[in-house]
Amino acid sequence: MSAVLQTAPRTDEAIVSIRGLTKTYANGFSALKGIDLDIRRGEIFALLGPNGAGKTTLISIVCGIVNASTGQVVADGFDNVADFRKARARIGLVPQELHTDAFETVWATCSFSRGLFGFKPDPAHIERVLRDLSLWDKRNDRIMTLSGGMKRRVLIAKALAHEPSILFLDEPTAGVDVELRHDMWNVVRKLRERGTTIILTTHYIEEAEEMADRVGVILKGEIILVEDKTTLMKKLGKRELALHLNEPLAAIPVALADLNLELQDSGSVLVYRFDAGGEATGISRLLNRLGGEGIGFHDLKTSETSLEEIFVSLVKERA
Amino acid sequence: MNWLAVAAIYKFEMSRWFRTLGQSIASPVISTSLYFIVFGAAIGARMGAIDGVTYGAFIIPGLMMLSILNESIGNASFGIYFPKWSGTIFEILSAPVSWGEMLLGYVGAATTKSVLLGALILVTARVFVPYEIAHPLWMLCFLLLTAASFSLFGFLIGIWADSWEKLQTVPLLVITPLTFLGGAFYSIDMLPSPWRELTFFNPVVYLISGFRWSFYGVSDVPVGYSVAAIAGFLVTCVLIARWMILSGYRLKR
Repeated sequence: MSAVLQTAPRTDEAIVSIRGLTKTYANGFSALKGIDLDIRRGEIFALLGPNGAGKTTLISIVCGIVNASTGQVVADGFDNVADFRKARARIGLVPQELHTDAFETVWATCSFSRGLFGFKPDPAHIERVLRDLSLWDKRNDRIMTLSGGMKRRVLIAKALAHEPSILFLDEPTAGVDVELRHDMWNVVRKLRERGTTIILTTHYIEEAEEMADRVGVILKGEIILVEDKTTLMKKLGKRELALHLNEPLAAIPVALADLNLELQDSGSVLVYRFDAGGEATGISRLLNRLGGEGIGFHDLKTSETSLEEIFVSLVKERA
Repeated sequence: MNWLAVAAIYKFEMSRWFRTLGQSIASPVISTSLYFIVFGAAIGARMGAIDGVTYGAFIIPGLMMLSILNESIGNASFGIYFPKWSGTIFEILSAPVSWGEMLLGYVGAATTKSVLLGALILVTARVFVPYEIAHPLWMLCFLLLTAASFSLFGFLIGIWADSWEKLQTVPLLVITPLTFLGGAFYSIDMLPSPWRELTFFNPVVYLISGFRWSFYGVSDVPVGYSVAAIAGFLVTCVLIARWMILSGYRLKR
């Protein structure tokens, strides 16, 4: 990677700024309804949303594949229409589908991508990218002979061939096995360490949970939420404490009715729910009061709401 | 100007052609040779000279045009249709490439292929018929202009087509008949009225006539008309291509 990329710090400054972006198709379908979004320099931003929410349309407009109906996109200080050359030269895109030139070799296709984006040949850079993506041994192989996972890597290598400072990954691990998915995550983390800003869309909430700094949720063409991932999980996440009782209860004792309790498994498990972000969990107070009521337990387990559960509840709320 | 992108597209298109060099060259050379054998040698031997040119030599410009038109359209339309079909067009659309650079890359490569093919047919014709070229520079000029304008036309067809069938339709149903009826095998003077007058509405007549003039100094229509017709066609195709790329017509969703 270039020295510029290696030294680029992670800041609150927006590297991609989207304002009032709309897209209405000829048939009247409104795919995007006034998107305002800032992506910060050096972050990994996960864009979540159900199928048809507008994720790919949004990415496609930023990258120049789809024309916006109204609105503006500024990439690294350059308007993506008025200054399309400078804006696009800074952006790399890894599409969702495995669109590759089947008859080309890995080396040729990456060199083609670099030239297409107006960069002089730099075999050393292409070699570095191919080595980083474990593609070096395959450099002379035709793409048609590669597996699906390898083709996905080739698409990433092509997107990185012109040293972009902003990388869009549209469903980067769709259809790849678990091992390769973890490899991909490592590649993405490495890129971020070198200063590349990464925007990824994903269906795997686990992926966003694992990697993202911030999460945006898009639904029916609108951004309904943008939040720091940990803040989001604290704000909307719930934790629960499950106590396996020595003796099953028929009902929650009246003296404990003011607590957020629920009986499960025929009264043998008492579940206490509390806010993940709360300072005081109320667990010690609960345990004291259980002792006072003579309710004993032999095991306990705590769990936390996953990003997936948060996402599902958000989508349900707005549906 | 993003010359590196133009070079990348041009090189990509040329390497695709060289990968299938055998079929790219063999097919038009064989079919042209067959035309020379059938029309030039077999039938031509029984026909008199036209405007002082033997029939075998007379048909050379027309046959070259027939191949160049078909190859220009075929190469350029496939060049842009294939990435549309396979989905790899996303990379071209997301690159810092202007409409003009896109045209230069794709149409430049298709033009190069057609000119090379034209040269090859000319060499092949020499095996069957002796001929001279009266105005070699004009011949080259007509060859280049025709190859470029019909490659542009093919590029438009490649963008317009949304199926392989449509990609084949225009060359098969429009270009081949127009070329056959455009004086490839005969002089327009040989046609009876009203077909003779109607023929002047066929744009290919002007191409073949101008090209034949560069060979033998004789033409069906004034050479200036031929140059104007090709130039007009070229400019029209450039304007349509510009609109198609900028609006994203059948390129962008």
